[in-house]
Amino acid sequence: MKEAGGWLWRLSLANLLFLYGPIAVLIFFSFNASRLSATWQGWSLQWYRTLWANQALLAAAANSLWVATVSTLLALMLGVCLAVGLEGLSGRRQRQIEQAMLIPLVIPEVMMGVSLLLFFVLMQVPLSLTTVILGHALFNVPVVMIIVRARLRKLDPRLLEVAADLGASYWDALRHVTIPLLRPAILGAGLMAFTISLDDFIVTFFTAGPGATTLPLKVYSMIKSGMSPEINALSALFVISSMGLIGLSLLLQRR
Amino acid sequence: MVDQPTSIDIASLVKRHGATLAVDHVSLSVRRGEFFSLLGPSGAGKTSVLRMIAGFETPDEGTIRIDGRSMEAVPPNRRPVNLVFQSYALFPHLTVAENVAFGPRMQGAPRGEITSRVRVALDMVKLTSKEERLPAQLSGGEQQRVALARALVNRPAVLLLDEPLSALDQQLRQEMQVELKSIQERAGCTFVCVTHHQEEALTMSDRVAVMHQGRVLQIGSPQDLYESPTTAFVARFIGVSNELRGIVRRIDGDRALVQSPDLTGEIRIVLPIHTPVREGSAVTVLLRPERLRLSTEARGLSGEQSLAASVDKVLYSGSDRHYMVRLGERLVWNVRVPNDESGRNGLVRGNAIHVRWQVSDAVVLIE
Repeated sequence: MKEAGGWLWRLSLANLLFLYGPIAVLIFFSFNASRLSATWQGWSLQWYRTLWANQALLAAAANSLWVATVSTLLALMLGVCLAVGLEGLSGRRQRQIEQAMLIPLVIPEVMMGVSLLLFFVLMQVPLSLTTVILGHALFNVPVVMIIVRARLRKLDPRLLEVAADLGASYWDALRHVTIPLLRPAILGAGLMAFTISLDDFIVTFFTAGPGATTLPLKVYSMIKSGMSPEINALSALFVISSMGLIGLSLLLQRR
Repeated sequence: MVDQPTSIDIASLVKRHGATLAVDHVSLSVRRGEFFSLLGPSGAGKTSVLRMIAGFETPDEGTIRIDGRSMEAVPPNRRPVNLVFQSYALFPHLTVAENVAFGPRMQGAPRGEITSRVRVALDMVKLTSKEERLPAQLSGGEQQRVALARALVNRPAVLLLDEPLSALDQQLRQEMQVELKSIQERAGCTFVCVTHHQEEALTMSDRVAVMHQGRVLQIGSPQDLYESPTTAFVARFIGVSNELRGIVRRIDGDRALVQSPDLTGEIRIVLPIHTPVREGSAVTVLLRPERLRLSTEARGLSGEQSLAASVDKVLYSGSDRHYMVRLGERLVWNVRVPNDESGRNGLVRGNAIHVRWQVSDAVVLIE
């Protein structure tokens, strides 16, 4: 048993190294004074400074934040309604709707991107930041729904009976009991959706119109013209803020 | 008590869970201001009855009336009753005061009135000092009090309690039995309490309905149920009971002689008035352990019955000694003797003794 435990431990360590090694290297080289990514010439913050001066990059960052904020709010509204509404349905219909809602999580993102593009073209909706927001909301609704439902299932169903017993209508109970108790889960789901939206490339790539460049799209276009330490710095900021948001989200969900 | 108006009137209530009858034609009425208990083992259907009164379950047949008004199609939030859940189900995100204020708030009471009603309710359960705490910061007994206050603040016509004391430890449970009773007197409303704990039901209630397998077996005061059970189930469920099965051999006025295959002799019993016993009837004779006395004398006083026995086992419990005495090959009875003389050693295993009792103390059930 002990032998196997030791092995598993080493395997996990190797796994972690493989996962986080490249990210660590990337962050490390963002502080490199050299123009060339591969050689180390001492510590410097110059790439972060040039980043701050890059107008196009800042515009892309602003786009990303806008898209993430609006699509998260949209996904939260729809996802929370769905999660709460599903509770009231009978077992079979509940499962059917739930499974249908989970499909966006499992179909290849490229497929979703292409189908959204086709849909918008067909409906004659011009591609813009709005179409990106709709696309992001689409794949974030199931994320919100799953997180909120997990919390809902842990709620004591008697609390709603008590509320009814004390004279609360369905909506009263929702407003004064269910939603307040779901608050940590809703916040956690929001942060998760926000992060996913912020990081998304594929759906954004297909649904973004001219001028609607988000940060991941910008990074991609910068890489095409050659790897610069500026990208390292940008990515480092990205990784750290995403991890922070996810960490916060998990913390909220555990409460 | 008798001419008090009816608070709850239940007529042939039926609830099916699949093929089984969870509640089987239950009829009972609860008087206004009464402490009424539904007592029975788990699965007896008592909680179903309670939940139907509260409106969380719909009866398949039968009617429930509260203060004369039919409760059919009246949702839980419109019924003049409040339920205290077994798990208390306090709102974890609200303080004690906010929990208690929930009901009046939902009814749209003005702010000032809410505050004063919450104060009165918390005062009634003696919890005024903990207003700002969250439920998680309270002990089990305190949570129970909050649940009670949260229900009582609505001034319900009937307060329903589902196993109110089961989550408390033994010590606290006994304190709360007394407390609940006095809270009921202070609040002056009807209490209907579900419990599987016979001692709890007896100490707190004015009347008790014993339920078993969905049916009400007997309704009566605690004393009625203990002194004159009408079925062996009730006798066994409430307190400890010694039983003797036999056949009536001879009837002599209000006395009868019963012969049992478990005994060599016959025993004399007093027949309750109006019991349709004939010679040859099969009966079960019940005797409470504390009504039996142990004696070395074979001859008892007049009106006493005596049977030869031997001590099988002695259990010492402080205030009492419990003797298991053997009266026959297959017949062992339980005798409870108060430990009222210090230094007395009592009997030991193997002692030959006589079990004596007043013939009128025996309860007779016809099979």
